[in-house]
Parts: sequence; C-alpha cells; structure tokens
Amino acid sequence: MDWGALHTILGGVNKHSTSIGKIWLTVLFIFRIMILVVAAEKVWGDEQDDFVCNTLQPGCRNVCYDHFFPISHIRLWALQLIFVSTPALLVAMHVAYRRHEKKRQFRKGDQKCEFKDMEEIRKQRFRIEGSLWWTYTSSIFFRLVFEAVFMYAFYFMYDGFRMPRLMKCSDWPCPNTVDCFVSRPTEKTVFTIFMIAVSSICILLNVAELCYLLTKFFLRRSKKAGNSKQQPNHENKEETKQNEMNELISDSCQNTVIGFSS
Amino acid sequence: MSWAFLRDLLSGVNKYSTGIGRIWVAVVFMFRLLVYVAAAENIWKHEHDEFECNIKQPGCENVCFDHFFPVSHIRLWALQLIMVSTPSLLVVFHVAYRENREKHHNQKLYKNPRKIDGGLLCTYLISLILKTGLEIAFLVLFYKLYNGFKIPRLVKCDIKPCPNTVDCYISKPTEKMIFLYFLVATSCLCIVLNLGELSYLIFKYSTKCYLKRHVKKQQ
Repeated sequence: MDWGALHTILGGVNKHSTSIGKIWLTVLFIFRIMILVVAAEKVWGDEQDDFVCNTLQPGCRNVCYDHFFPISHIRLWALQLIFVSTPALLVAMHVAYRRHEKKRQFRKGDQKCEFKDMEEIRKQRFRIEGSLWWTYTSSIFFRLVFEAVFMYAFYFMYDGFRMPRLMKCSDWPCPNTVDCFVSRPTEKTVFTIFMIAVSSICILLNVAELCYLLTKFFLRRSKKAGNSKQQPNHENKEETKQNEMNELISDSCQNTVIGFSS
Repeated sequence: MSWAFLRDLLSGVNKYSTGIGRIWVAVVFMFRLLVYVAAAENIWKHEHDEFECNIKQPGCENVCFDHFFPVSHIRLWALQLIMVSTPSLLVVFHVAYRENREKHHNQKLYKNPRKIDGGLLCTYLISLILKTGLEIAFLVLFYKLYNGFKIPRLVKCDIKPCPNTVDCYISKPTEKMIFLYFLVATSCLCIVLNLGELSYLIFKYSTKCYLKRHVKKQQ
C-alpha cells in the first residue's frame, strides 16, 4: 500500500472529471506526491539525527527538537495530500452507485435501459449533471477547505515558511538557553516554498473548476427556463430526454481504464 | 509480502460488501493504511536510537526502553490493521464455498451465491461483530499498556542496572501523540461504521422476514 495505490483509486475518478480536474490530478501526482517521495523525504530523512544542540546535557536535544517540530513538515504534507485526495472518493462512490443502479435495471430487463450489455455499463462515462454535479462540487469545496486549513496550519506552526539555521531553546532539562542548529535549513526552505507554491496552484485550479461548474449550472438553468417559456412542458421533457440519451450513447463509445469503483 | 497483500484482500472483500462496508474499506485504505505507510512508520523508525537517558551506565537505556515500551506503538498499530481486516476473509471463504458447491453439484443451488442472505448473512454479521470486537480490544490494549494515549517527554526509570532514578527522554513525543490520536479517531470511526452496518443489516432482514410472514398469513 503506497502512493501508487492512491493513483489507481484516483485514476478511476479521472474519467468522470472536467478538464481542469484532470490537470489538478496531474499536478497533484507529479509536482506534489512524486516530489515528496523522491526528494523531500530524503531532505528531511536525517532531521533529528542532524539536529545538534550546543550542550552535552542528555535529553536536551530531544526536548528542543520536540518543542520546535511538534509535527514534521514531511508528515504534514503526507497528511495534506491524503486529506486533499479523499473527497474524490465521494465522486467514485456516487459513480459506483449509479453504475450499480444501471446494472440492476439491465438485469431486470427494463425497457428504459439503453445499454446492450454489461460491458457498456462498466465503460460508461457519466456526465456531471444532477446529483453527481452536487457530489462533484462538494468534493471540490472540501478539497479547497482542506488545502486552506493545512496551509494555515503550516504557517501557524512554523511562524512562516522559512526554516531558520539557529533556534534558541531553554526547555528543561537544558541547563540554560542553548543554541540548536537545524540540518539543511536552506534546502528545507526551498522545498517548503515549492510545496506551498504548488498548493497555491492547486487551490487556484480548484477555484477555477468550481467557477466553471457554477457557470455551466446557471447557463443550463437559464437555457431550460428560456426553452420552457417558448414550448409546452411535456414536449420539452421528451426532447431533453432524447438529447440525454443521445449524449449517453455517444459517450459510451469512449474506452477508458476501470478504476477503484468497479 | 507487504501491505499490498492486505490491499488486494480488502479490494476482493469490497465486491461482497454493502454500501457502508465499502465506506469502511475506503476509510481503512485512506486514513489508516496509507497514513501508516506514508507517515507514521517513519516517526517510530529510530525510536530506540533516539531514546536517551541521563546516565552513562551501560544497559540502563536498553532496560528502561524495554520497560516503557513492551510493544512499540507502531507494531501494535500494524497488528491492529491486520487483525481488523481479517474477519472479512470469512465472507470471502463463504462465497467461495457457495460457488464451489454449485460447481460440484452442477446446478443452481442459490439464487445468487454473492447475495447477502441466509448463511452468508450470518457470516457477514459475525465478521462485523469480530471486527468491532477487535477494534475495541486493541483500543483498550493501547490504553492499558501506555496509561492513556499520552506520550510524555520525560520518563523516570530506576530498574537495575540503573544505579538510581534516572531521567529518560522520549524522541518526538508530540508528533507521536498526534498520530496516536489520529489512530484512535479512525478506529472509533470504523467502530461506528461497523455498528451502523450491523444495525442496517439486522433492520433490513428483520423487516423482510416480517413482511414475508405477513404476506403468508394473508394468503
């Protein structure tokens, strides 16, 4: 179980995402998870071993390290990435539920079911409309909230995003104010700023995706309102149903990877 | 053999689960397994090396560490993850038994061998009860072994060969405590999900039974 498994899970959701959502996922995996695993973990790897205090008093180093780093940057980032990826599971579950319903309809031999076989149902790409729109939008909203919360937690815990070279510590059992030196402060600062920058890009992408979805929703609503004024209701329902069916049939021709939900 | 095996096992179980069961699998994957592998393991990696006592007496540090950490938090966590995922195997075995039986007799014995009814329902309920029981047992074990879920910065030790009461310092106590609380929170969430699923299944099948009897009586 590792980040690769997360990739498989989220890859399945990718199919039903908007284009901005797909870009967000790529940025997440390449510029955050990969950088974390390949580079950042090594920079923070020796953090306590190389945290040196100017005292021979046993225990002083441990206590000072614990005081200045209540939770390591690397662990905070790992938690942030896990929490930020989790809302996508809501979408995966909703899609799986819809697929399950369609399979049930198909098995019952329902006339309304427009699919010829189970394979088509499995490969179908759902449009982001109706209840799926609400699930998708809430997942983006939660993602934004988690990103913001973690960025604030970082800023609050470490008094900004800079890693100082020297920290002064006077916690017991240190006999007096002791100088403690952090290992690789510049490299850590560089990576911290990089990760914060990519977090900000992800926040912007999420905001853009949210705006896009809201705009689409209001446009569709005004279109429907406009259409219903021109024509009687029951004719319009038939037409929109036919349009939806046509769209679903044309969409089902796309072959993509089967993800976690199936 | 690694955590990938557990992941494949749980993916297999996912097929026969209810909706709440699938949420439980997702919580175990994302918030327990992934957090364990990606973050928690590294915190406890050098816990023995970084455990420091204010004494030069050889053997004192070893003895004190062993006294305060009979089983490391991280090992208990790993054991908990494995034990809690294992009862789901009962369901997998039962479904495999049903399918084998159908193959052996060469006829359709069950309406749907994968549907949770009859004997499979009992197996599923037993697996849920076992999962919940094991979660609670591990939480109690954690609580009893470490006197609550706190990890102090300093522990005082006076076991031989330490010549007198010696101060020993635990490394990264705050970080360890944060992840311990995270473990407890996710455990409690899983217990709630299991109990929810149990109630849902009992309610669903008892109303089904009641309605069947009601219809029979009317006939």
